[in-house]
Amino acid sequence: MNDTDGVRSDDAPAGTAKSDAADKVGAGLPEQAGDSATVQTVTINKPRQELYSYFRDFSNLPAFMDNVERIEVKDRQLSHWVVKAPAGATVEWDARVTEDRDGELIAWTSEAGADVPNSGRVEFRDASGGRGTVVSATILYDPPAGVVGKLVAKIFQREPAIQARRDLRRFKQLMETGEIATNAMNPAQAREKEQG
Amino acid sequence: MRALTWHGKHDVRVDTVPDPEIVNPRDAIIKITSTAICGSDLHLYDGYIPTMKAGDILGHEFMGEVVETGPKSTLQKGQRVVVPFTIACGQCFHCGKQQFSACDNSNPADNMDIAQELYGQPFAGLFGYSHMTGGYAGGQAEYVRVPFSDVGPIVIPDGLDDDEVLFLSDILPTGWMGAENADIEPGDTVAVWGCGPVGLFAVQSAFLMGAERVIAIDHFPHRLELAKKFGAETINFEESKTYEALMAMTGGIGPDACIDCVGLEAHGLFGDNIIDQIKVSTFLGTDRIHAIRQAILACRKGGRVSMPAVYGGFVDKFPLGAFMEKGLTLKTGQTHVQRYLPGLLNAIAEKKIDTTFLISHRMPLERAADGYKMFHDQQNEATKIVLKPGMVEA
Repeated sequence: MNDTDGVRSDDAPAGTAKSDAADKVGAGLPEQAGDSATVQTVTINKPRQELYSYFRDFSNLPAFMDNVERIEVKDRQLSHWVVKAPAGATVEWDARVTEDRDGELIAWTSEAGADVPNSGRVEFRDASGGRGTVVSATILYDPPAGVVGKLVAKIFQREPAIQARRDLRRFKQLMETGEIATNAMNPAQAREKEQG
Repeated sequence: MRALTWHGKHDVRVDTVPDPEIVNPRDAIIKITSTAICGSDLHLYDGYIPTMKAGDILGHEFMGEVVETGPKSTLQKGQRVVVPFTIACGQCFHCGKQQFSACDNSNPADNMDIAQELYGQPFAGLFGYSHMTGGYAGGQAEYVRVPFSDVGPIVIPDGLDDDEVLFLSDILPTGWMGAENADIEPGDTVAVWGCGPVGLFAVQSAFLMGAERVIAIDHFPHRLELAKKFGAETINFEESKTYEALMAMTGGIGPDACIDCVGLEAHGLFGDNIIDQIKVSTFLGTDRIHAIRQAILACRKGGRVSMPAVYGGFVDKFPLGAFMEKGLTLKTGQTHVQRYLPGLLNAIAEKKIDTTFLISHRMPLERAADGYKMFHDQQNEATKIVLKPGMVEA
C-alpha cells in the first residue's frame, strides 16, 4: 500500500505491525522523530483535493483537534504547536513539513527541543467504490516520560493514539456534515467538553 | 426544565435540569407534547445497559412543537414533529444507503471509543440511551435538543393526534422493519415472539406484507388478546409448549419466518433462561436469549429469522449448528427509522395501521417515576404509558 515503507511480506500498513511498528513506520518517513507508532484511518465522503486543502491550512486544525490549543503558522513549512497535556499542562513544539504532495500527502517532523518529539504523515487516497477519500494518519511520538507518562496520558485521555482516532472522526464529521457532533445541552457545556 | 433522570437500578426521578439550547447549526429545540416509556427503557431501568451515568435524561420516543431552530435547520417554529430515536446526519456513506442507525457522524467522537472497542465499529447516536450511543439527553422532559433536525424529524400534518403518530419515533418502524427483515412471501406463516408494542406492530406489519398466518407468542393474556384482534393465532407459553405447538400448528414444517421481539430480558422459567440470569447476576454477563434459541429451532429449514429485539453483549449456547444445518438467514439491527417515516405516516393517515389501541395509560411527566414502576411491574395491563408534560390529571 505504501511503497515508502520497509520490506514486508504483506500489504498491511506498517503501523499495524505486531513488532517494531515504530521502526517500520519510521523507515517510510523522510525524517523520523518519536518511538511509539499509531496509524488511524477514516473514509470521508468528500473529494481528495478538498480534504487535502482544508488540512494543509494548519490554522484549520484546532477546529477538530480538541487537544490542540493553537497553531501558529509561520510559513508554508514551519508552524508552532501548543497542545494540551495531562493535568492541565501544555506541551509545545515547532513542526516542519518534510514532504508535501498536493492532494496526496503531508509529512512532518518536530524540530529539536520539542516537548514531545513527533513525526508522521497524513495521506489522502481515493476510496474504492466511489466512497470518497481514505485519510490515514501515521504518527510517531515520544510519549512524555516514557511508559509511565504514556499510562498517565491514557488515563487522562491525552494519549496521542486515542486523540488521533478521535481527531479523524471529528475531521470526518466536520467535512461531511458541516459540524461536529456533541451531546452538550447548551453552548456552555460544549465549551466545557472541548476544554476537557 | 423538568426531566426524568436515571440514577441507578430502579431509581429514576423527575428533576429540575438546565434547559437545552441550540449548540450546532443544524439543531432544533422541541417542546415535548407526548413522550412514551419504551420496553428498552426498562433495560436501562433494570440496569442491563452499561455506560449510563447518574443524571442522564431518558426517553427516545417523543414528539412536540418546534420552538427554536439553528441557522441550518429546515424546520420552522410552530411545526409539530415526531423525532426518530436514531440520530442520523444524512450525509455519510451509511445514511446514503438509508442505513440511518449506522450513521458515521451522529455519535460524538469521544463516545465512539466504547463501541469501537466492544463492537468493532461505532454506530449512530441515540436519544436517552447510554453513553455508548452518544450520551444524548432524551425526550422524557419538557424540552429536547435535536441534532441534525433537517434530516430526522417528520412534520405532522394537521388532523392527526399525538396518540396516532407518536409511535413513529421508534416502535412502529421497529415492528415494521422486524417484519420487513423477515422477507415475508405470500402464503407465509410468521411466528412472532413477544407481544409487547414492537411485537404487536410486527404482527400488523406481517399481515400488511402478505403473511397468510401470524402466530403470536407471549404469556400475558391481555397482550395475546390484542394480537388476536389483529388476526393472529396465539400461543401462551405458560400454558402450551411453544416448539411443539408451533410444529403442530404448521403441519410439522415450522414457521417460514420467525421474529424475535423479546430481547435480552426474556421472561419465563426455562432452564437456559435461569442459567443466563445467574450469569448476568454474577457478572459473568451473558444476555438471556431464550426467544432467539427457540426461534432458530422452530423455524422451517431455509427459513428466515428476524431480530428487532435488543441485545447488548455476548450470548451462551447459541444454536449455531442448527442455524447452519437448517440454512437459516438472520437479519437484525437498530431501526433505520428515517427510512420508514413517510410510508408509515401515510399508512396511519389512511387508517391502514392503528397505533392508539396500544396506549393503556396517560400521565403527566411529573409522574414518570410511577410510570416506570407500573410499566415494569404490570406488564399485562400496562401495554404503553405516554407521558405528557403539563397534563392535568382528571
